[in-house]
Amino acid sequence: MATTALKVENVKKVYGKDGKQKGTEALKGVSLSIEKGEFFALLGPNGAGKSTLIGILSGLVLKSSGVAEVAGIDISTHPAQAKAHIGLVPQEFNFNIFEKVENIVIDQAGYYGLSRAEAIPRTEKVLKDLGLWEKRSASAQSLSGGMKRRLMIARALVHEPEILLLDEPTAGVDVELRRGMWDFLRELNQKGTTIILTTHYLEEAEMLCRRVAIINKGQIIEQGSVKELLTKLNIVTLLLDSVEPITDAALVLLRELAIERVDETTIKLTLKPGQTVNEAIRKIGATGIQIANVRNSGSRLEEVFVNLIEKD
Amino acid sequence: MNRAPILIGYYTMVRKDFMRIMRIWSQTLLPPAITMALYFAIFGTFIGSQVADIHGFPYIQFIVPGLIMMSVITSAYMNSVSTFYFAKWTRTIDELLVSPMPSWVVIAGFVSGGLIRAGLVGVIVIAVSLFFTKLTLFSIGIIFGAAFLTALLFSFLGLINGIFAKSFDAISIVPTFVLTPLTYLGGVFYSVEQLPEFFRNLSYFNPILYMVNAFRYGFLGVSDVPLSLAFSVMGGLTAVAFVATIWLFHKGAGLKQ
Repeated sequence: MATTALKVENVKKVYGKDGKQKGTEALKGVSLSIEKGEFFALLGPNGAGKSTLIGILSGLVLKSSGVAEVAGIDISTHPAQAKAHIGLVPQEFNFNIFEKVENIVIDQAGYYGLSRAEAIPRTEKVLKDLGLWEKRSASAQSLSGGMKRRLMIARALVHEPEILLLDEPTAGVDVELRRGMWDFLRELNQKGTTIILTTHYLEEAEMLCRRVAIINKGQIIEQGSVKELLTKLNIVTLLLDSVEPITDAALVLLRELAIERVDETTIKLTLKPGQTVNEAIRKIGATGIQIANVRNSGSRLEEVFVNLIEKD
Repeated sequence: MNRAPILIGYYTMVRKDFMRIMRIWSQTLLPPAITMALYFAIFGTFIGSQVADIHGFPYIQFIVPGLIMMSVITSAYMNSVSTFYFAKWTRTIDELLVSPMPSWVVIAGFVSGGLIRAGLVGVIVIAVSLFFTKLTLFSIGIIFGAAFLTALLFSFLGLINGIFAKSFDAISIVPTFVLTPLTYLGGVFYSVEQLPEFFRNLSYFNPILYMVNAFRYGFLGVSDVPLSLAFSVMGGLTAVAFVATIWLFHKGAGLKQ
């Protein structure tokens, strides 16, 4: 039995290639392998190629070359069989806003070959799981942004796919709802669904995923477990609060350290490989700045991400 | 995907479109009924009473089959082009493209919607025509065959228009500037035998002439063109449109980047 959920090998995508026109290279030979049961994040800035890759895997974008397999099935030679394993939550809302919530989900089940008799109880389950059951008879346009996002997840799950592709699923969702969705996705993953996530919220990837790949300008520039990436880059970012407002003159004296002003009394210190906290704080103290508090910066992965993207 | 899930997918698409057609009946079914009632009243009854018989039939009886065919053509075309373009514009087409349904099933779903609307409109317009004239039936098989092939052809053509359309303007250009003139010049209101030779010969290049005449033959038993030629033209064009649609879907034209 295949243990690989998704595999892409040297996948390239050129948009707008037409005769003599060269086109734009969105993917420049991406290779990835994601095991069954993984919770995997694909990170990258806007235009990096994340959505193109998701589009290729789900059948919405035609690859220019390379091999893409879903559950061991080539998506080019057996698209129907491959697509049956996938549930897609795209970035943009793409349901009929005039349709009733439950009809959107039931119809999607039908497209996957589930009869209405099978689809109706499954729809009830996914709508209840995602807190939309009370809204089942409402038209989709009356839902809030967060509810619409959850409706897209419900629609993608109604045929119980083995692999769930989520393209920026929590974009525009408030913090409380986002955390609720994280719990839901975590539980889904624990039940065996392989989840591949693209996100701008790096904290999200750090909280949910065991492995991440960072994609930039159409190429995977780093991949591995979150822990491996953090260790490999050996990056520590600290927020330092000063007792008194920090003067610009003091910061000029600290040019050799990677320091950014956050506000009047707070600075962000990024320790490069080889630098120690003691040494940095001693140098900061020597300028007359009195440190009142030292704390970890929000997302460590964000630092890795920024570092890699800047290098690339 | 084996046969049962494919049938369920197809049924889901058709059911959804049927429900939509019925839900917005005032936009899909009512307008052709009103338009055709006006045609029957003005051209058939008021003006038609002053016009000589054509092929031995009163003018209104002569034009009724052509007017029914005109509404069948428009309904089939508009249903396919509008549902497909709306799905493309709102990206709800992605629901179908990510599903395991093969392209030909998706095409069949859209085309069936066109056939259903054309069929419903055809029946309604026939019913409306009975208020103005009596209908003779020469061959139900020919009536059904001509209507089916024509609706099928224009459902495919609507789909092709929808594939290439990049704006709502683009889905009204073909019906306004191509379909309507060809229908009006396709022998709906006259027999081409009444035309001067040049225009008569020119009319033979208009495919709608063959559809209108085959359909009229089913009611009246008269036609300006040989029936076998009419069905060959309809069948041939439908086959070409079918192959073109399959090919465009396979290529992902206008659908996949």
